[in-house]
Amino acid sequence: MSDALLMRSIAALVPRGARVLDLGCGDGALLEHLQRERGCSGYGVEIDDAKVHACVQRGINVIQLNLDEGLAMFEDSSFDVVLQIDTLQHLRNAEVMLRETARVGRNAIVAFPNFAHWPNRLSVLRGRMPVTRRLPYQWYDTPNIRVGTYRDFEALAGKNALKIVDAFGLQDGREVRFLPNLRASTAVFRLERG
Amino acid sequence: MFVTPQSMHFAEPLALQSGASVRDYQLAFETYGTLNAERSNAVLICHALNASHHVAGRYEGQPKSEGWWDNMIGPGKPVDTNRFFVIGVNNLGSCFGSTGPMHANPDSGRIYGADFPVVTVEDWVNAQARLLERLGITQLAAVMGGSLGGMQALSWALQHPERVRHAVVIASAPNLNAENIAFNEVARRAITTDPDFHGGHFYQHGVVPKRGLRIARMIGHITYLSDDVMNEKFGRRLRAPAPAASQDALPLDGAGQSRGVSASDLREYLYSTQDVEFQIESYLRYQGDKFSDYFDANTYLLITRALDYFDPARRFGGSLSAALARAACKFLLVSFTTDWRFSPARSREIVKALLDNDREVSYAEIDAPHGHDAFLLDDPRYLNVVRAYFERTVAQGLRHV
Repeated sequence: MSDALLMRSIAALVPRGARVLDLGCGDGALLEHLQRERGCSGYGVEIDDAKVHACVQRGINVIQLNLDEGLAMFEDSSFDVVLQIDTLQHLRNAEVMLRETARVGRNAIVAFPNFAHWPNRLSVLRGRMPVTRRLPYQWYDTPNIRVGTYRDFEALAGKNALKIVDAFGLQDGREVRFLPNLRASTAVFRLERG
Repeated sequence: MFVTPQSMHFAEPLALQSGASVRDYQLAFETYGTLNAERSNAVLICHALNASHHVAGRYEGQPKSEGWWDNMIGPGKPVDTNRFFVIGVNNLGSCFGSTGPMHANPDSGRIYGADFPVVTVEDWVNAQARLLERLGITQLAAVMGGSLGGMQALSWALQHPERVRHAVVIASAPNLNAENIAFNEVARRAITTDPDFHGGHFYQHGVVPKRGLRIARMIGHITYLSDDVMNEKFGRRLRAPAPAASQDALPLDGAGQSRGVSASDLREYLYSTQDVEFQIESYLRYQGDKFSDYFDANTYLLITRALDYFDPARRFGGSLSAALARAACKFLLVSFTTDWRFSPARSREIVKALLDNDREVSYAEIDAPHGHDAFLLDDPRYLNVVRAYFERTVAQGLRHV
């Protein structure tokens, strides 16, 4: 699934005019889209120098931080929506960051590659870690240090008393609501504090 | 780019934060680029402790006279003088052309010396604002500075929020912590206890408290570098044997390049407590000597005090967020990971206070090895972020004016 498709699918979930914090904002494309198309405002958080530069080139507010150090800079409920789009799988403290995301935002939207997508299962059945368009890395050089499934995330949200407002899979730019854990390469969750 | 320093006289008194005032003073300044017809492209550069209005360019006939931020400012540079009209101004109390302690007090006709009034960051900003009024600039596209200069940029955003569209605050802090004040105090004591200081009135004695200035500069210099850089540049390397006649504090040609074992590393120790043994000693002495030749002792006291006093949160019960509520402009902050004098944590405090007020801010934390000095050096990540900010955000503002 291309970044552009994921971006449009996610953007549609963000209310117009929302104050947004985008954790792991990359080159700022999603925030730029949200600002231009949906009248949103906000900030991106990014650790990578080149991506920070790309955000500044786009005119996107970006804060260079290591998310594994937490979100102490941000007050409780200071954003309408906090986004974690393809970020969770890179975090050492994925659970802490999920709690922090829920603390800082009135709503959270989390998207990540669903490891239980059927081609991945097939690959593991054959005895090999999957290498796909969505998970294009070899097991020994992947930046995805947290691989989880749609189901796993449901459990993690429950453990942290987070209410799942909506959840679905994304596959080829389409929402997957029937058997998403099997049929979608991307899992998407909208959360609120329970 | 050849530049010419200018000077402007201000007859009317400038009321200072302390309650004192100065009148009949001069401000030295330079400008680069052209003020556009809308007068909307002015960028003010604020200097730190030992710099001046000579920010960029060279003086004709003086090949090595580059301004102190010449890598940042000039035609085609991150702050592009083909696009922006850039102003550098020497602060009141400094020693590079603006009125300072070495000049005559118009009230008494005598050299100010220690009687030059204490000036604060806020006073400097007000003096700069007056200069800009004279130049016909009612609003700055940006105000920018590093270290103490960053404090001035921040203060501009608070004192004259309607007159600044962007503030670029680099390697700075919302105030000095105790350790920082402590370093300043050591430097000041070195100067004031120098027998040649004469209570600040050394001019009439025909002497300069060079010993104090040297030590002040040496300790300052240590704090501007990182442990890693100092080890890499000097390590424990011994100073090369020098001819006896020029034993004292030669410049260290190529000190940074001499990796590996050289002849001087293997020489015997001198077993002396007072001779220069290690390269780091030689370097510090050289820096101290150079500094004491051109810097004014009273200026050093004044400027370090201005650093100590700066604390915009103080009037707001210590709440920086409350203090920064007045700011209306957009911000770019940059810090450097190995800067322990103005650490990233201090820049983050400013970022947080801006976030609390929902202000537009970007923040780059550059993983550079050079300590506080990094803000004057050529790290492409740093220069590129500043360039991108000026090209995209500051220049965009020009079209809307």
